[in-house]
Amino acid sequence: MSIQIKEEPKQYDVVIVGSGAGGGMAAYTLAKAGAKVCLLEAGGYYDPADPQYVTQLKAPWESPRRGAGTTRAFGDFDAAWGGWQIDGEPYTTVKGTEFHWFRSRMLGGRTNHWGRISLRFGPDDFRRGSLSGIGDDWPITYDDMKPYYDKVDRLIGIFGSVENFPNEPDGIFLPPPKPRLHELMIQKAAKGIGIPVIPSRLSILTQKINDERGVCFYCHQCNRGCVAYADFSSSSVLVIPALKTGNLTLQNHAMVREVLTDPQTGLCTGVSYVDTRTREEIQVKAKVVVLAASACESARLLLNSKSGRFPQGLANSSGVIGKYLNDSTGAGRQGFIPALMNRKRYNEDGVGGMHVYTPWWLNNNKLDFARGYHIEYGGGMNMPGYGFGMGMQNMNGKYAYADGNTHPAGGYGSRLKEDARRFFGAYVGFAGRGEPIPLESNYCEIDPDKVDKYGIPVLRFHYKWSDHEIKQAKHMQETFAQIIDAMGGTPVGDFKPSAENNYGLAAPGQIIHEIGTVRMGKNSGKSALNEWQQAHDVKNLFVVDAAPFVSQGDKNVTWTILASAMRTSEYIIDQVKANKL
Amino acid sequence: MKRRDVLKNIALTSVGVATAATGAKADPALNEEELSAKKKKKSPLAGRTQAEADRDAKLLSETFFTPAEMATITILCDIILPADATSGSASQAGVPAFIEFIAKDMPQQQTPLRGGLMWLENQSRKRFGAGFAAISPAQRIQIVEDIAYPEKATPAMKQGTAFFNLMRDLTMTGFYTTEMGFKDLGYIGNQPNVWQGVPEEVLKQFGF
Repeated sequence: MSIQIKEEPKQYDVVIVGSGAGGGMAAYTLAKAGAKVCLLEAGGYYDPADPQYVTQLKAPWESPRRGAGTTRAFGDFDAAWGGWQIDGEPYTTVKGTEFHWFRSRMLGGRTNHWGRISLRFGPDDFRRGSLSGIGDDWPITYDDMKPYYDKVDRLIGIFGSVENFPNEPDGIFLPPPKPRLHELMIQKAAKGIGIPVIPSRLSILTQKINDERGVCFYCHQCNRGCVAYADFSSSSVLVIPALKTGNLTLQNHAMVREVLTDPQTGLCTGVSYVDTRTREEIQVKAKVVVLAASACESARLLLNSKSGRFPQGLANSSGVIGKYLNDSTGAGRQGFIPALMNRKRYNEDGVGGMHVYTPWWLNNNKLDFARGYHIEYGGGMNMPGYGFGMGMQNMNGKYAYADGNTHPAGGYGSRLKEDARRFFGAYVGFAGRGEPIPLESNYCEIDPDKVDKYGIPVLRFHYKWSDHEIKQAKHMQETFAQIIDAMGGTPVGDFKPSAENNYGLAAPGQIIHEIGTVRMGKNSGKSALNEWQQAHDVKNLFVVDAAPFVSQGDKNVTWTILASAMRTSEYIIDQVKANKL
Repeated sequence: MKRRDVLKNIALTSVGVATAATGAKADPALNEEELSAKKKKKSPLAGRTQAEADRDAKLLSETFFTPAEMATITILCDIILPADATSGSASQAGVPAFIEFIAKDMPQQQTPLRGGLMWLENQSRKRFGAGFAAISPAQRIQIVEDIAYPEKATPAMKQGTAFFNLMRDLTMTGFYTTEMGFKDLGYIGNQPNVWQGVPEEVLKQFGF
């Protein structure tokens, strides 16, 4: 095989690596402002409205495995091409530690299947270090970010309700959908034990906001991508509109190997990527390089961009890149609510996700862990898929049938059909999502021995939860049990939360909210980026995914990625105008 | 808004916009029938990646269970979910073919399924002198009664119980993920609509 490196003759104003929330927003903002932008995406092209990609409104029988997760982690109909394991793109973990790395290889990345939970950070989320003495503050505050959160709300659309809830800032909201029946029951039960339940805040259009996008038609399938563009995906809402400006060149199947620098000036000159179809090596030149490849992928790229001038990797004179990797905490429980048995049938699909949620409502001074969590709720008369009706022997012996008789667990025959009908929609699900403590000892680094199928050195992870996260999961389980009890229900399954099972705390990476690996800060000895997500060491290098984030609150970070990517993109425009870049 | 108007509105906002966005000429106004025809129009990949489509095609071209095993699977599925006044049987809903596919798709299920069938065959021969498909329906039920109730099963029947649990699981999922299953269950979602909250009579029933 002859290795020839192809140089693209054109020099772009900006090259962006990755097309998810951060890369999509940077491409949109910069292309709209008139910059000539090249957007590189490792995966294929994807448009949720193009029939060749559409899974929305498909019935389970249109999949031979009825939507099971054999080839896609979240099932056949889920809009994520990739998963925790990708053929030819391995990663490793240090013995005795654990991390699971989810990647979506497609235009729009993980925004195509995400939960659309669009929470702003609150003022306290930017200064947890000084508030608690544990962890670090951000170099910016809520006031710095608020104008961008507002712009993102208007540009993309989000529903919610004005609550004036502490540290849960209100946005510019479209009307929220009314609660479903189980959500009303949760709200009532939780209120009685002092737990607030408020309308959720999801980036789904309950009203028309522009001519490019339709309105939600309530199929409950945002994770499949939306043919009406009625939810936020970077593909449909940012990249495809940005392409229409004529200023954006999109290159799919582009796996970036390294950021190129000029040894004399120390500035970036572009990137080098592998075309994953032809295995050609191609260099793209640009005046500014913006990384948005995902927290771990951006760190990997910088650590792999070693040169005489940057022996520890690019922009890594602090040695901090890869460190402080952190994912949300997560624990879940399911409850069975006898009052919901034999429900009247109606279309209860609603939007793709919960209509209500619980923001963090307690004061940590009175608790034995340092950070909070929010609660997401599930349930309802959902479309059956693979797994429906399984484990009936654990349920059907406990509850009397319509004729008043009980029968031994398990069995066969028409009673099983009655079981399916009487239990349908009688379950509620609880998922806690919380803030971990970012630790220097949780990190990714370059594995000294391994490469992927493109010859790019892979990541090796080292991650362990601390007591704070485990105690937080314990508190989640106690809360779930209290709510289930207050609803007159019982927890489902044999799972008993205990210290032995970490109270059901999900393994690091499983919640897919990883951040922190190229952190920003005021001190260039302790951080890689400044308050504009600009590299301390290399002024024409920026990172706009969640890698720069100092902490992640108990808020899913996508809305903050969008706001900070917009803020950084506007800064780039201002700097170029002022001839500083 | 009337339901029909609502749907017309949805047709406009969803498919109309979507076609416009992909560069095709936007449809001025699609009615319900046109919307559903549009939905049914198959594209070559239909939401699968090429690798997934290739894998599915390969699995579908292969055969795992022998005709004799399929006969026993069919009998068992229909004992688990027989036709009754509400809906048809598991085999009428195509459950045996679904189980055949799952065995190929999830290789970890091959030994529990094939081995479980052998366990059942062996029980049948020991007790009634012939294989499960060859004994009488009443004799089959005698064996099933011994393995269908995990909390009552004797230690000697535990492996049979595990197999029957697996068959019950796959039969339930295989049946309720079909049009017949949806009708039996009364599931009426997965279609464009407008969520306007819990129906009034249901709110009342639950004291809201």
